Amino acid sequence: MTSAHREPLLVEGSGLGKTYPAGPGGAAVPAVRGLDLELRRGEALGLLGTNGAGKSTTMRMLAAVSPPTHGTLRVFGLDPLHDGPRIRARLGVVPQDDMLDQELTVRENLVVYGRYFGLPKRVLRERAERLIEFAALEAKADAPVTALSGGMRRRLTIARALVNEPEILLLDEPTTGLDPQARQLLWDRLIRLKNDGVALIVTTHYMDEAEQLCDRVLIMERGALVAGGSPRELIGAHVLPEVLELRFTGTEHAAGCAAVKELIAEGAPWRLEVLPDRLLVAAADGQDAQRRIEARVLPRASLVRRATLEDVFLALTGRALVE
Amino acid sequence: MTTPAYSPAFAEFRYWGAIFAKSWRPVLVNSVVNPVLFLAGIGLGLGGLVDDRSPLDGGLSYAAFFAPGLLAAAAMQTAVVEGGQAVFNAVRTRRSYRVAAYTPLQPHDILHGHLLFIAVRILLSSAVFVAVMYAFAIPASPGAALAVPVAVLLGVTCAAPTAAWAITVQQPSVIGNFSRFVVMPLYLFSATFFPVEVMPGWLQPLVYLSPLWHGARLCRDLSVGTVNPLDAGVDLALLALTALAGYLAARRSYRRHLHS
Repeated sequence: MTSAHREPLLVEGSGLGKTYPAGPGGAAVPAVRGLDLELRRGEALGLLGTNGAGKSTTMRMLAAVSPPTHGTLRVFGLDPLHDGPRIRARLGVVPQDDMLDQELTVRENLVVYGRYFGLPKRVLRERAERLIEFAALEAKADAPVTALSGGMRRRLTIARALVNEPEILLLDEPTTGLDPQARQLLWDRLIRLKNDGVALIVTTHYMDEAEQLCDRVLIMERGALVAGGSPRELIGAHVLPEVLELRFTGTEHAAGCAAVKELIAEGAPWRLEVLPDRLLVAAADGQDAQRRIEARVLPRASLVRRATLEDVFLALTGRALVE
Repeated sequence: MTTPAYSPAFAEFRYWGAIFAKSWRPVLVNSVVNPVLFLAGIGLGLGGLVDDRSPLDGGLSYAAFFAPGLLAAAAMQTAVVEGGQAVFNAVRTRRSYRVAAYTPLQPHDILHGHLLFIAVRILLSSAVFVAVMYAFAIPASPGAALAVPVAVLLGVTCAAPTAAWAITVQQPSVIGNFSRFVVMPLYLFSATFFPVEVMPGWLQPLVYLSPLWHGARLCRDLSVGTVNPLDAGVDLALLALTALAGYLAARRSYRRHLHS
């Protein structure tokens, strides 16, 4: 039991599912099915999955803009179907695309959005000031949105989502398309929010992002949950702790592959993943594996690293490209 | 929660107001200056020609016939642009509807706020237009001012069903075709520029179906001072019923598309 379990439950979904009605000529396909999830105050939950895994649909259901067709969902103990406005008043949503008002300035975007929550002018003015500072946009406060970089727009979108001081912030791929510096700055702000007790739900394609930000992650595939837990738990449960990466020059690749397979056949407790440019050998002891393999075949380069969430994700969802 | 009572629909209205405040100049040209130029150019210029050669029944000057028709046509024009292109943009490109749907606003609040904004815009531009009519000494009756609320009703009658449809549209070209093939014929053949009697007999029953024809007739009767209570009742009832049907359709279509 971690301390997070004593925090109040904000989201509780069980057997959650969404099936959109069939389009012309197509059958109805469930976008999400049988999803169980919980979220507590101050917790960060990651939703991982390939495109079409059901992450965005899940987010829309949690945001009370898409009624679930199966299961039960409670957000702040309320039913999204009947209490949508009361739920949304306490949520912040950062959609995948910024959806800012291009002709308005940074400050105006915050103020105009704040009116949707019925915030009085005085409160709004003060909050806009604070959020501009939070988003590090002081120099651009009165510039139109068209003058902002991609990273600045993301920060403004997050700042806008905070105008109602939400208890849960939903972020759909918050750092897609940003440069490393912009991502770092964004992560820093999200960690600050989490420390202030805001619960985060993040969908992402970046495993390092999920490891950095999330206490727990749910891995989804074709609408269903395939694994869930803390990044550490998932690594412990689904992959060996270390990974040996081997690179060979051109024709040696096949020979290296054969050598590793031979060793596994002889009883070495490893798992081999063959990628076009390298071999990944998952092992409990990576250096031991390195020694034993290099005694038979010499790679161009090799390195031992700890298994990451990415290894878990690839092991669970496969390496095939899902379009 | 300490959020004070507020009207979510009014928040949407203020949103459109804030956007309008940034771009009112071209809008002013489209919805006020252009109709006034039309009024001067066609009503007075072409009107001089018509009045000399084939005067209208009852000795009505062409300008007196044309001006209230143009008032109604301009109201329809604003309504279908706002209810069509602007609604399409609010879902597909600008996506402000999507953003608003994540807030406490319900889809019907978004609809109410936008319709209110459209109504206020038409109210203001119609009021300016009628003032210009008075400046040209066109209306024969003081009742001409009542054409302003009629223009607003006509606007809502056109905007609501257009919005109900536009929120479902996926391709921008569809909106363009709607302007070209639906709005333009309505604009030209709803007896705004010439009396319905001069049109071929087979076309006349179709004209009576056009909301613009009813709006234009009522505006004209009010301006000329020839209101017939039965005709006025028919016009108002038809406009109001179409507005109500359009509104109900829009409510349903907004809910389906914004909270799907």
